[in-house]
Amino acid sequence: MATAVQTTVETQNYLNNGYDLKSWLLTKDHKRIAVLYLLSITGMFFVGGFFAMLIRLELLTPAGDLVSSDTYNKLFTMHGITMVFFFLIPSVPAVLGNFLVPLMVGAKDLAFPRINLLSWYLYIIGAMFALVSMVMGGVDTGWTFYTPFSTTYSNTHVVGTALGIFITGFSSIFTGLNFIVTIHRMRAPGLTWTRLPLFCWSNYAASLIMVLGTPVIAITILLVALERLFHIGVFNPALGGDPLLFQHLFWFYSHPAVYIMILPGMGVISEIVTCFSRKRVFGYEFVALASIAIAVLGFLVWAHHMFVAGISVYAALVFSLLSYLVAIPSAVKIFNWTATLYKGSIRYDTPMLYAFGFIGLFTIGGLTGVFLASIGVDVHVTDTYFVVAHFHYVMVGGMVLAYMGGLHFWWPKMTGRMYPEGWAKLSALLVFVGFNLTFFPQFILGYMGMPRRYHAYPPEFQVLNVLSTAGASVLALGYVLPMIYFVWSLRYGKLAGPNPWNAVGLEWMTPSPPPTQNFEETPVVTWEAYDYEHQPDEEVPVGH
Amino acid sequence: MASQVDGLYFFLVAVSAFFTLLIFLLVLFFAVKYRHTAHPKSEQIEGSLPLELTWTLIPLGISMIFFAWGALIFFQEARPPRGAMEVYAVGKQWMWKFEHETGQREISQLHIPVGRDIKMIMSSQDTIHSFFVPAFRIKQDVLPGRFTSTWFHPTKVGTYHLFCAEYCGTEHSGMIGEVVVMEPTAYQAWLANGGAVGTMAANGKELFTQLGCATCHRPDTQGRGPNLVGVFGKPVQLEDGRTVMADENYVRESILNPQAKVVAGFKPIMPTFQGQVTEESLGALVSYVKSLAQPQQKAEGGAPPAAANQSN
Amino acid sequence: MATSDIEIAEHALQHHFADMDQQKESSTFGMWLFLVTEIMFFGGLFCAYLIYRSTYYPAFVAGSQTMNIWLGATNTAVLICSSLSMALGVRCAQTSKTKMMVVLLLITIVFGFAFLGIKAVEYHEHWTNHQFPGPNFQFEGAEAAGVSPQNIQIYFSLYWAMTGLHALHMVIGIGLVTWIVIAGWRGAYSPDYYSPVENVGLYWHFVDLVWIYLFPLLYLISKKHGG
Repeated sequence: MATAVQTTVETQNYLNNGYDLKSWLLTKDHKRIAVLYLLSITGMFFVGGFFAMLIRLELLTPAGDLVSSDTYNKLFTMHGITMVFFFLIPSVPAVLGNFLVPLMVGAKDLAFPRINLLSWYLYIIGAMFALVSMVMGGVDTGWTFYTPFSTTYSNTHVVGTALGIFITGFSSIFTGLNFIVTIHRMRAPGLTWTRLPLFCWSNYAASLIMVLGTPVIAITILLVALERLFHIGVFNPALGGDPLLFQHLFWFYSHPAVYIMILPGMGVISEIVTCFSRKRVFGYEFVALASIAIAVLGFLVWAHHMFVAGISVYAALVFSLLSYLVAIPSAVKIFNWTATLYKGSIRYDTPMLYAFGFIGLFTIGGLTGVFLASIGVDVHVTDTYFVVAHFHYVMVGGMVLAYMGGLHFWWPKMTGRMYPEGWAKLSALLVFVGFNLTFFPQFILGYMGMPRRYHAYPPEFQVLNVLSTAGASVLALGYVLPMIYFVWSLRYGKLAGPNPWNAVGLEWMTPSPPPTQNFEETPVVTWEAYDYEHQPDEEVPVGH
Repeated sequence: MASQVDGLYFFLVAVSAFFTLLIFLLVLFFAVKYRHTAHPKSEQIEGSLPLELTWTLIPLGISMIFFAWGALIFFQEARPPRGAMEVYAVGKQWMWKFEHETGQREISQLHIPVGRDIKMIMSSQDTIHSFFVPAFRIKQDVLPGRFTSTWFHPTKVGTYHLFCAEYCGTEHSGMIGEVVVMEPTAYQAWLANGGAVGTMAANGKELFTQLGCATCHRPDTQGRGPNLVGVFGKPVQLEDGRTVMADENYVRESILNPQAKVVAGFKPIMPTFQGQVTEESLGALVSYVKSLAQPQQKAEGGAPPAAANQSN
Repeated sequence: MATSDIEIAEHALQHHFADMDQQKESSTFGMWLFLVTEIMFFGGLFCAYLIYRSTYYPAFVAGSQTMNIWLGATNTAVLICSSLSMALGVRCAQTSKTKMMVVLLLITIVFGFAFLGIKAVEYHEHWTNHQFPGPNFQFEGAEAAGVSPQNIQIYFSLYWAMTGLHALHMVIGIGLVTWIVIAGWRGAYSPDYYSPVENVGLYWHFVDLVWIYLFPLLYLISKKHGG
């Protein structure tokens, strides 16, 4: 396992291995595909963020005075669709997973590199459909597309958007398929399942969901499009169709989807917490199994989105009980990460700050999910801002913070450059403060009764809305700064060696940025995961 | 009922606050105490099975308490008490149309007496809506093609927000109204002023005749259709062997999709009235069929539910 | 075929795999996983079918009685035969019988087109009889049968959606087999490297299997059948 010491980025690596457009657009290198995804989802993130900004500006005042009702309805719909399907679901798997899974298992690439490229193209085509629909007038059904509104009453570009989501779904399926086969079949010699980094376990669990769940929303959204186009009406009450059937089919995927979103983020947190505590994660097997448990149980709870939708009392009770069960493995992970800090040697680099933020905010988000699992309470707070606050706590306070932490952690590996630590810490702080100010008031708003998706609201809700919008501006700044300094670092950032964090993991045992084939020779793994005990204190050249 | 919801809610807040603070403080404490300048050598700890079991089983136990408590509240919410005053509601883009059994109609404003159980029987004319009164801590989606119901028991006189809580298009946030809870005497006065054009059941009886239902559904065994007297609220044996409860949705389905459930001993000859009846008419017809199951009340000009001891 | 079997295999080995074994196992595993996703994809439609059939059984009986059992059964036989020729073709690839493999795969394609042709005949008939859901839907005898025409539309919605999706998969399958035929004719496969043939075979068998479920569910709902 000998490679030359990495001192500059001028040596042959995946980035400078061909500069022309064709070498990027026809690449089969998982690392380049990860970068392509990074650029695409960042773009979509700011599109979704733009819609969010307009929403929060509108909600500064009780009256609907900034945009028309129809426009507002399109704004929250498109914010949801963009963020869920085109940012959150791909984010960690498609960017960090694509880049790191082969490295972490000691492989030269994923099992199916061409399918990986196809995944990206499907993502782009799907995003184009959605963006064109948005530009041509948008869609106003809510990201949940409830029928019969979406099939019969909406006058907007439902079909185009639905097709965009349908196509992008296949991107997700193929990514998951690739990860599963890679992790099963392409681990380096000596890398047993129990030596795998937890990032791989989490992405594996998420991939199971991607592969099993996404096809169901694909067929459901296709049926919505067919119903609009050809009146193939299985959800149309005028034909005896059942709008609740749509909800069941929709949530059968969309609930597990939230675990597709959070599990990879949890994997990132495991990597960061271990590195910056300099010790093995507490209860490795439990964290690994918890990921699988979340994936399995996540398929059994979908109708907790439908407690007031008209399902039977007994169905509601079953789903409520199961929803409590799915919360337990997440709690176990939180406790394990906290215990990992005990008697560690803790550093406060930016990735670790994001990890701390994750642990705190995901705890709040997860606990408020417990509120929603309790039917008696759910009846009051469902369809209100309480739910909006809950899912933003887990999705933004959890997932986005994990993604940002991961980006910072692996930035030197991906680019060979360090980001500026001072600015990064400031941004992390802005994100944490801005986020809480934006979304905590929404719990209160929800309990007080402010419904979701309201363009105008009674005046007594204004103060909390103003606080929320103020927080959003701080949060926005926290997102914009990294854009700037990450780009700056590409040219002016300090050069990074192969292992600037002195972390344990195969990805750190190859130069930064890695060569196209990842490793000179296939590594042979003889150590346990997170073997910080035997990790020397100083950064050592690769190939010691 | 609302106070029970609050009880559980604030218990959840307390437990959540406890665990959140616990995690926050532990993280903070460990992060400071074991910072690398103060604690340069980390101690490798594999894990601890007793600890894992503890922090799996304790949250599980607490969760089960939340579940049971929430379930109990939900059971009550799902079962309107007997003798509740019934109000029919039709949700449509973007307003609420209410009709009291005594015939009063209201738009987006609902007058009800304090201290009574009130049961809402609701359907939608178009998309899915949701009937949400935050003050009562109740919410129920209102669907096209089906009746759904919810109930509440107002305890304080006042005016409360009514919101539509399921996104339904352009003026979703405009589909709001008020629930006006009045003293019983004020409510009676309001009813008397009401301008009602006959009770719902009376209107239903008229429709029953107009639409020709009475030709087959005679109050004896000679009709080509089943006798509807005493049917509502009781089990019905169907041709295919199933037994179903004759509730509001059964009556509705029988009118709109009669072939779906044919009563044992009868032929599937009833035509569908889909497209010939509005949601309001359906409510009136249901109300009429209900009245046929109440022996002491005549369907015609039935007295408004006076005291709380009306029995079904 | 100038190149030897070993050379074919070496040429086909992709650089990121350690050896042919790993590549074959990975590609087969990948295809099985993909078929699982296809099960979930069709599964949504089957779920809708099961629910509506139990809710509107008489309407489903009425709708299904317009299906031509003989055409449907013929199609079933056609697909089963095509699966046989496909499986034999894979066996030939495995045993270096390239010419036989090409012949068998061509037979498979012919069967595939036969299926689509018969399906087109059926679709045409349903279309001219206004048995397509939407504003132009007509179904004589609905009232006489005591069935609501709206509910029969749901049957037909599912019929068109399920068989249409299946037909689309058949078209893709024919495309895939064509690709294999061309590559096989050019000597791309050997006993050490025939996993593309095997995987296309798996896909083909899956599509066949979906039809074997669709036929009884859509055509054979009730014994009282007019033909």
